[in-house]
Amino acid sequence: MKQVLEGSHAVAEAVRLARTQVISAYPITPQTHIVERLSEYCADSTLAARFLRVESEHSALAALIGAATCGVRTFTATSSQGLALMHELLHWASAARLPIVMANVNRAMAPGWNIWADQTDSLAQRDTGWIQLYCENSQEVLDTTIQAFRLAEWLNLPVMVNLDAFFLSHTYEPVDLPKQNVVDRFLPPYQPRFQLDTEKPCAFNQLAPPNIYMEMRYNIQTAMNDGLTFFDQMEDEFEDNFGRRYGPVEAVHCEDAEVIMITSGTVTSTSRQVLGELRKKGEKVGLLKVKLFRPFPVEAIRERTASAKKIAVIDRNFSFGASGIFAQEIRAALCNHPGHPLVFGYVAGLGGRDVTTAVLQEIYWLTKGNDMVQQDSIWVGLHEVDHAVGQS
Amino acid sequence: MQLVNLERDYMFPGHVGCPGCGAAIAMRFVLKALGEKTIMIIPACCWSIIAGPYPQSALKIPVLHTAFETGGAVASGVRAAQDVKGDKETTVVTWAGDGGTFDIGFQALSGAVERNENFIYVCYDNEAYMNTGVQRSSSTPYGAWTTTTPGQQWKRLRKKNIVEALVAHRIPYAATASIAFPEDLVRKVTKAKSITGARFLHIFSSCPTGWGIPSEMSIKIARMAVQTNIFPLYEVEEGIKYTINFTPKGYLVNEYFRLQGRFRHLSEKDLAHIQEMVDEDWHLLLRKAGSVAEIS
Repeated sequence: MKQVLEGSHAVAEAVRLARTQVISAYPITPQTHIVERLSEYCADSTLAARFLRVESEHSALAALIGAATCGVRTFTATSSQGLALMHELLHWASAARLPIVMANVNRAMAPGWNIWADQTDSLAQRDTGWIQLYCENSQEVLDTTIQAFRLAEWLNLPVMVNLDAFFLSHTYEPVDLPKQNVVDRFLPPYQPRFQLDTEKPCAFNQLAPPNIYMEMRYNIQTAMNDGLTFFDQMEDEFEDNFGRRYGPVEAVHCEDAEVIMITSGTVTSTSRQVLGELRKKGEKVGLLKVKLFRPFPVEAIRERTASAKKIAVIDRNFSFGASGIFAQEIRAALCNHPGHPLVFGYVAGLGGRDVTTAVLQEIYWLTKGNDMVQQDSIWVGLHEVDHAVGQS
Repeated sequence: MQLVNLERDYMFPGHVGCPGCGAAIAMRFVLKALGEKTIMIIPACCWSIIAGPYPQSALKIPVLHTAFETGGAVASGVRAAQDVKGDKETTVVTWAGDGGTFDIGFQALSGAVERNENFIYVCYDNEAYMNTGVQRSSSTPYGAWTTTTPGQQWKRLRKKNIVEALVAHRIPYAATASIAFPEDLVRKVTKAKSITGARFLHIFSSCPTGWGIPSEMSIKIARMAVQTNIFPLYEVEEGIKYTINFTPKGYLVNEYFRLQGRFRHLSEKDLAHIQEMVDEDWHLLLRKAGSVAEIS
């Protein structure tokens, strides 16, 4: 059944359909519509979950670490500064192998205060051991959130579902809302592999000396590697039940493309339009959308870009002193692959600035017109700024 | 409460605490009173080590070790999950040191108590960051040497009154207790266990290593802290009803201070000033308890 849903409410519907048992959250713009809707569902018993209204994002994740160790299905939502405050416990949740699901509304980091779309918040958490997924539209938000519980509980790793501030979180779109019984079939009740139990007392997360710590970390990486395989298997089942699949990456017209634009999040939708316009003019351009960021789908990216001469990575994020973060990852994925395409990195849309069709056209023509990569990142659409040089 | 009736121990022999560790004694008595239907959350503190490294555990109950500042929040989540699972029997307990309670964990504790989460928070107080090597906390008393208040920079600030801070939350039950008064301690744990909502126990737990006392003095020093009114034994119900559990015999603070290396540098004048502060705090407590008793 199609309903017109706000992106935030698509998250809330998925959490309801997943029969989540404990929710804990702290409000932050633009995540609030998610937790407000879930609060209503808990208040009117639409969802039989305990909702902990804690005093910080740090405590929100801490509470879920406690709840998930008891073997129940858990969810939180945050954004930007809130995610940064959770940083310590992001590591904790993954190393404790807890299948916590989180929606993160991608928002710029302060200062200056900025509540608009920017992926630096979640990408700065890339080394914390969380599976990371990026969404393009509200349907994908709903589907991915349901999928996230399957991934998390199968792999015993936490999953972060990312959606762009406002472009997704506050935008209404028609969404196919699945039936409860179909979701139940895809996502049966959580069967924990371990839990706090007075009948079988165990110590969790205790002192791990050098003789064991490294193996514990290796196990997490093994689970991440398994995640790449399990993602496809999970999506097979998802497609059987819901008739949709997304893939860790989605390639559009990449087979014969000479230039492939690589995107994530809502920039992808605008890029689809630009792709159509350019193709009509006879340009051999393709589009590769990256949905799964951790584990990074290296093989899929290598395969889909094999025929291209050039890649244009569009990053709504930045790692200071280096480059756009998707561009870094893609360079690293390709560098040992003989004859790989040139990787051009573009930074656009930071802090919610529009990435328009004109911006994307400019990126395409810049890429096509250059035969050498002269810098790791080209900042697109910069206004006149005082460029600080050295100490001046 | 007859301690002899509490035969069962929920600690295995062979924990890795220092000799004379007050925190180990506190744990042993508290677990005797709590019993096996207990889930314990231990944020970073001495007990993160005392409980033993993987794959061993010194405790016979399930333990969840957590990050330093999360004692209040993790317990909230554990309680919520056990409630969802229909488990009303298990007591959820956070076991934290003074650093994890007074300082870095205070926000999460305050939040949990404001929400009146249904668990017992125990702070075993050894008056400094002992696990990291004796650095000052907001629980470190006036006059103390620590490795971050060395030489003439000894701590010239009062110890934070954590019980009063929680009483201000109208917490259903808050009490002080001491390893030197095990009957009183066990009675308070048993009482806390019978109450629903947030409960707080502040247990004075001497630290021979950090305080510069011989290990065999651990209990004696803890007893003197109560006898001198430095650490009065009392309980507060619903944030209003105060009960003082031990009426002191009017010992002066000097001997307590003179026995401990951490106070060695204090002059007679400093001790006189400390005596004034202790008397002042005791009078304040008497006023809150509605007592007209005069200090001798």
